[in-house]
Amino acid sequence: MDQEIIDKYQLVVGLEVHAQLLTQTKIFNSDENEYGALPNTNVGVITLGHPGTMPLLNENVMGQAVKMGLACSCSISEYNIFDRKNYFYPDLPKGYQITQDRTPICVGGRVVIYKKNGEEHAIQLNRIHVEEDAGKSIHLDGEADTLVDFNRAGVPLIEIVSEPDIRSSEEAHAFLMEVRKLVRYLDVCDGNMEEGSMRCDANISVMLKGAKEYGKKVEVKNMNSLKNVQRAIDHEFLRQVEALENGETIISETRTFNAQDGTTSGMRAKEELNDYRYFPDPDLSPFIVTEDWLNTIKANMPALPRELYNKYMTDYRLPAYDAQVLTESKEMAFYFEAVCAHTKNFKAASNIIMGPVKSYLNEHNLSITNLSIQPEQIAEIIALVDGNKLSFSVASQKLFPAMLEKPNQKAETLAEALHLLHDGDVASIETAVDAVLAEFPDKVAQYQKGKKGLLGMFMGQVKKKTQGKADPKITNELLIKKLG
Amino acid sequence: MKHYTSLAEIHRDMDAGKINCVDLVKGYLNNIAQNKDLNAYVEVYEAEALDKAVVVDEKIKNNTAGKLAGMVVGLKDVLCHDAHGLQCGSKILNGFESQFNGTAVERLLAEDAIVIGRQNCDEFAMGSSNENSSFGPVQNAADPTRVPGGSSGGSAVGVQANTCLVSLGTDTGGSVRQPASFCGVLGLKPTYSRISRHGLAAYASSFDTIGIFSKSVEDNALMLEVIAGADVYDSTVSKKPVPTYTTQIDPHKKYKIAYIKEALDSDGLQPEVKDTMTDLIERLKNDGHEVEEVGFPMLRYALETYYILTFAEASSNLSRYDGVRFGHRSEKSVDLESMYKASRSEGFGKEVQKRIMLGTFVLSASYYDAYYTRAQKVRRLIRDELKALLSNHDFLVLPTAPTTAFKIGALTKNPLEMYLADLFTVPASVAGTPAISVPYGKDKGGMPIGVQAIANDFEESKLLSFSKYLMN
Repeated sequence: MDQEIIDKYQLVVGLEVHAQLLTQTKIFNSDENEYGALPNTNVGVITLGHPGTMPLLNENVMGQAVKMGLACSCSISEYNIFDRKNYFYPDLPKGYQITQDRTPICVGGRVVIYKKNGEEHAIQLNRIHVEEDAGKSIHLDGEADTLVDFNRAGVPLIEIVSEPDIRSSEEAHAFLMEVRKLVRYLDVCDGNMEEGSMRCDANISVMLKGAKEYGKKVEVKNMNSLKNVQRAIDHEFLRQVEALENGETIISETRTFNAQDGTTSGMRAKEELNDYRYFPDPDLSPFIVTEDWLNTIKANMPALPRELYNKYMTDYRLPAYDAQVLTESKEMAFYFEAVCAHTKNFKAASNIIMGPVKSYLNEHNLSITNLSIQPEQIAEIIALVDGNKLSFSVASQKLFPAMLEKPNQKAETLAEALHLLHDGDVASIETAVDAVLAEFPDKVAQYQKGKKGLLGMFMGQVKKKTQGKADPKITNELLIKKLG
Repeated sequence: MKHYTSLAEIHRDMDAGKINCVDLVKGYLNNIAQNKDLNAYVEVYEAEALDKAVVVDEKIKNNTAGKLAGMVVGLKDVLCHDAHGLQCGSKILNGFESQFNGTAVERLLAEDAIVIGRQNCDEFAMGSSNENSSFGPVQNAADPTRVPGGSSGGSAVGVQANTCLVSLGTDTGGSVRQPASFCGVLGLKPTYSRISRHGLAAYASSFDTIGIFSKSVEDNALMLEVIAGADVYDSTVSKKPVPTYTTQIDPHKKYKIAYIKEALDSDGLQPEVKDTMTDLIERLKNDGHEVEEVGFPMLRYALETYYILTFAEASSNLSRYDGVRFGHRSEKSVDLESMYKASRSEGFGKEVQKRIMLGTFVLSASYYDAYYTRAQKVRRLIRDELKALLSNHDFLVLPTAPTTAFKIGALTKNPLEMYLADLFTVPASVAGTPAISVPYGKDKGGMPIGVQAIANDFEESKLLSFSKYLMN
């Protein structure tokens, strides 16, 4: 299709993100909330919907939802009722899902993303509510029967619903990255889309640019990675534009994404014709948010990525790129914070973490929480570099790997044992300087004729001769003096 | 065995060495066997009850017995009893056993009550005559050609026919009070939320209340005292402290009582029932109570409101019976849809199917506001009107049912008339207030008549005291 035609249209996307909460137990009973357990092992009578069972609200679920709501500047509802969403499916034990239809715990709010130019852009949220997950239907190859695993039934979810406020697949990607970052910072969800602990449905429509009314929206499901969400949106945008250009009308439907070829296809009409018959669940008393309870949650909120980002930019005066990389994961940011508790040279701390630390972790596929070197030891390395006892390159290429091997030694002790420390002994440096000057008489002459740029060459030679140990400051002074 | 009418009487005989728990259980088992045709029980726990009797006798001897030692109890087939069958009178739960004790059952057992059996009822407690059970109809012990009322028919007949001293039923729209009236026993529906619903297989959650059948006021009070109160397994149960009902029974108090004009004027009120009410009003006046006729115009909307809301909740509550995890799965299941359709069509009886379909209808998007939302509003209006009456009076008195027990099969072809049997019991269910049916005379054919008293929320003590007075 012509880019010119495509450019006439505006993409409009709203996302619904389901995040499984990291609680000990399920949302309405004391069965373990545990990923990867043997099928049908965390299934008590309440999970299975036995006659006579009633749901018991796990307040921790409400607490986690509120944490996410506060992180997204939502207003928190005081009075919460739960609703039943009625439909039949084998993995839904009671024949209804308990959710919050009329009174979501978090209302409004926004998720702030960064555009390519670093500018902030807020995606408005409609709501965040809590609900229970369903079990899992398993269709094994060559098996005529469908098997059902109810371990997941009753696992707590929050559903984060954005307004139709997203205008490109890149924005959708950035939104999901930010949501994932938030749930991980808050420790409410592990954000793993491949394992399904974070899932996303997209409501996608197109309209002519400048139009006042949105087009008919299509809901796309079954995208199990950030990349697939982006692919699905890109595909759906073109599909809808093409359909409109061909004079077809878009029908509001649910489509499923096929990861193999990156297309979407309509689900059978039958699966969509659901009247969920929502009504308030008479088996659960309303959950009332008290001021004390809310204040306790507020007091225990961890630092959020955007707060840290701003702090690194303004207080630590780091470049935007550094601030971005350091806050990408909570673990990285918290490690950096810990290093900064022991040094005031924030840029050096950032350099070490983004340089040798990060490449080591990437190479070995490790998380920073597995790093054997403690943050204060990183600060020790910085102090050595700042004190001119060590160059940054020796620190990162020699001392850092050595410390990984012997994480219990102090940086300075180890550097000394490995003879990495700068030699501050003027006499021995002078010997090396003299040797270098004797070795390159023609360069000396050129320098003296005014080619001052050669100083760096002499510095390098001295460094080489002393295996990098010569204190650069002393070397520099001696060279200038001797070269006259 | 003699026909005991209270635990106190049993305790006196035990103290005198005339009887022990084993004798008692044998006596009741014998009565059950002799009344087998009444079909009050779907399962009798013969061996287990006898074993428990030996244990309780030992405890009595050692002075370690609980409050309900010597109390032989029957349970309606909708109450969860660990490792015992639970079928809600339905084929759909064929072979199902509960894996836990409901709170009321747990508390009874902890006080050494002996459960003698599981009692027949209308399927999922839906019915007013106990003719909707997959186990067949229950017969009224006063006349086996007549119904015992419903839905807790088996539990009412159980007490009526001396096959147990007390039984637990459930009352959603009158299912304890109406059969109590038909069978001539005392039937209490406590305030909604007074007793935990944990372990009560739900029909309509915002109406369901466990209720108590007994012959004596004292036994009813004692049972309530044991099973009522806060419970971690039910978030909707009241946390209000439970009074010691047994010590608060006082038949000599004078009350301010209202009787409802619309109830006495209603068509279809059996003349003897009306006469009974007239006599009662005279007696109350003569005994020095303040008696007043009041209007209750919202009464005419109570039945519709009740049926819309209970059907709606039932349609959702019964969705779990789908043949997937437990209960009946049709042989005709070839795929998901046929499994659902065939299992539920075969497993549920006609009345249950009708209520599920009507409930699904009133909750459907196009009719939701016209039915469900409006019924919720009317429910509040009914409650407001009833509460207003109760703020000026201690009780409302009215018949429990418009008629005495009718013939088995008489109304099965006429469902709307059958629903009218609940006319006087549904207001307290819609409002959530406590109510009691007290046996009060008989009609010409010797069938029991019951009068009903409704009190304000959590005023069970008052109801029990008033019942004591009425039964004297």
